[in-house]
Amino acid sequence: MVNSRRSFLKSASSLSVSSLLGTAALMTMSDDAQANMEWAEWFQGNYRLMSEEEKAQARARLERRYTREYGKKVTVDGTPAQEGVLMGYALNIKKCIGCRRCAKACVEENNQSRGKDQDIEWIRVLKMEKGEFSQEKMNQGYPEGLGIQVGGNAYTPAGVVLEGEHYYQPEAVPEKDAAYMPIACMQCEKPPCVKVCPVRTTYREADGPVVIDYNWCIGCRMCMSACPYWARRFNWSDPNLPKEAMNPVTHYLGNRPRMKGVVEKCTFCIQRTRQGRYPACVEVCPTGARKFGNLLDPNSEVSRIIARKNVFRLKAELNTFPKFFYFMD
Amino acid sequence: MDKLKRFAVDYVTYVVKGSPAFYAWIAFLCILILGLLYGTYLHAADGLRYTGLTDQVHDGLYLANFVFLVGIAAGAVTIVFPAYVYRHKGLHAVAVLGEMLAISAVLMCILFIISHMGRPDRLWHMLPIIGIYNLPHSMLAWDTLVLVGYMLLNFAGGFYFLYMKYTGQPLNKKFYLPLIYVSIVWALSIHTVTAFLLNTMPSRPMWHHSMLPIRFILTAFAAGPSLIILIFLIVRTRTRLWVENSAIDLLATIITYCLGLSLFLTLSEVVTELYANTEHALGLQYLMFGMHGFTDLVPWFWGSLAASIAAFAILLKPSWRTNYRLLALACGLAFIGIWVEKGMGLLVPGFIPTPIGEFTQYLPTTLEIFVTLGNWAVGFLILTVLLKGAIGILLGDIAYVRLPQGKTTSDAAGELATPELT
Repeated sequence: MVNSRRSFLKSASSLSVSSLLGTAALMTMSDDAQANMEWAEWFQGNYRLMSEEEKAQARARLERRYTREYGKKVTVDGTPAQEGVLMGYALNIKKCIGCRRCAKACVEENNQSRGKDQDIEWIRVLKMEKGEFSQEKMNQGYPEGLGIQVGGNAYTPAGVVLEGEHYYQPEAVPEKDAAYMPIACMQCEKPPCVKVCPVRTTYREADGPVVIDYNWCIGCRMCMSACPYWARRFNWSDPNLPKEAMNPVTHYLGNRPRMKGVVEKCTFCIQRTRQGRYPACVEVCPTGARKFGNLLDPNSEVSRIIARKNVFRLKAELNTFPKFFYFMD
Repeated sequence: MDKLKRFAVDYVTYVVKGSPAFYAWIAFLCILILGLLYGTYLHAADGLRYTGLTDQVHDGLYLANFVFLVGIAAGAVTIVFPAYVYRHKGLHAVAVLGEMLAISAVLMCILFIISHMGRPDRLWHMLPIIGIYNLPHSMLAWDTLVLVGYMLLNFAGGFYFLYMKYTGQPLNKKFYLPLIYVSIVWALSIHTVTAFLLNTMPSRPMWHHSMLPIRFILTAFAAGPSLIILIFLIVRTRTRLWVENSAIDLLATIITYCLGLSLFLTLSEVVTELYANTEHALGLQYLMFGMHGFTDLVPWFWGSLAASIAAFAILLKPSWRTNYRLLALACGLAFIGIWVEKGMGLLVPGFIPTPIGEFTQYLPTTLEIFVTLGNWAVGFLILTVLLKGAIGILLGDIAYVRLPQGKTTSDAAGELATPELT
């Protein structure tokens, strides 16, 4: 396995040279040649089932197209899952202050569409009222005015995830009487979204993240219905990605620019994490609430958190087995 | 081969000829189809941005019509089943019309799915061999399989019957009867799997209950025959083909049972959900009473319920049920009531609130309405042509062997209408 990967990396590096040459050739490309290139993209198969050579060709094709479209050298990486790595995430909800820098950093890193028409954010931070029980309302039984109370109304909702909202616009964070609960793709071990996909364009990678081959997606949106965490977004039109803001370091299964009519979602920043870097949200978090690491390594931060802290997962009763854990000190 | 060619030529020359009223109907449908073409062009050029769909409510009018039309396709079995299993004479004579309706309804389903898809240009990704067909995991893959299979079965059965009638040959029972019996069971499967498409997702608690498949089948067997009765009443007045009263009465009885049971299931759902009133009931609460000031769907729910109850009340009394003016009214009410219940009433509130508790509303845009009307128009165009051809053959107007002079076609219809199967 190691050998085959090494030889693959070798062929990939020689390929990036050839793709550079290809870029030069592109500058003088005729309309016909461009059309041929797009036809080739249209006819390509499902990425996971391609041979290594076909994968490299597909990436080189995309590099040429993106480089032309965004006016800068764009790379499309294809680094496969690393042996002995299973990516996991842990989030300290006690520390989250609701600043949403993670959501912004994610948009910039992952080339999401932005602007009024189509504003795609993969991370949503739910603001939840801490709520209260009040003495004035302690006798407001249900039904009111009758002697025997069936229920009470002395509470205001507290700690109910479904009462959270993610459009809050405060002057400063953290707000008094608010708790924050960031949500994104949970990278489930048993992902319901993958099960329902009619063309297997979304699938679990061996190192954990659930990814999408944007070129194979037919836009049926079954995965969006099936996701219990509302983690998936759809490109209702061509994404609005300004040239100057486009992040040129991309991965085929990760942050490369998407097209209209396909679904996208968090991939644990596959373009970064497979190169040994942290996801953008982890890097930017000012309070250190976000932790990322290798679940197979007992000494990784994430593994130690799971071992030592009280952790929980969202909607655990659905048996999706998220690799995204919440904890508090 | 020569016979087959003659069949095709005779069939086509017959269906394109008609009265001014026929051409006016076709022209009307074509105008609606222009709206569909424009909408399809916009979808292809700019994506689905001109729809009212959002990341929160991402399935709307298109998928709702798809779900409803699968029911209409399945509903055709209410003709075929009594005709071939119980040898009901009145229905047996016109069973092929049910198959024509099934073909048109499935074609409409396919059109709505294409309008719904973000990338219809990549539909080939779903084709076996050149694409990937995610069996056995994906319910959508199963649904495609059963729907296409159902269409082919009805196409084969229906056109085999018509061709044999056309050439005056007896039916080969060994080929024909198994086809019919398989298509009867298959009809149940298409709507069951469509229900599984929705109710196998715990992320959407409003759909996630085992009652959905049977409720789908019951509403299908109410809405389907409602449309069929309306078609039969039109056929009786506009063509020379006579549909027996016994056929219409049996269908009306089927609608009565199925509509009554489906109303009972609605009641069961409301009590089950609202009594405990968990978070899982939020969708139903939103639908019935509105929540957080969002009340767009409330009139749809109560309107649909009122239409279904009114239809049921008319159908319940035999003397009203056999009054065909009242029956037509009941069928219209049941059809519309169920269309709303399965569409805006089931699909949309399934997405409200979102799995993380967000309430948003969905209203179809004008473009969505145009595309929807256009898809229905294509379906009715196909249905009109298929029914006209089938009726022409049943009447003997299209026949391989020309009838001798002096003998009228309606005489022949009387002879030919007695089927070869006994």
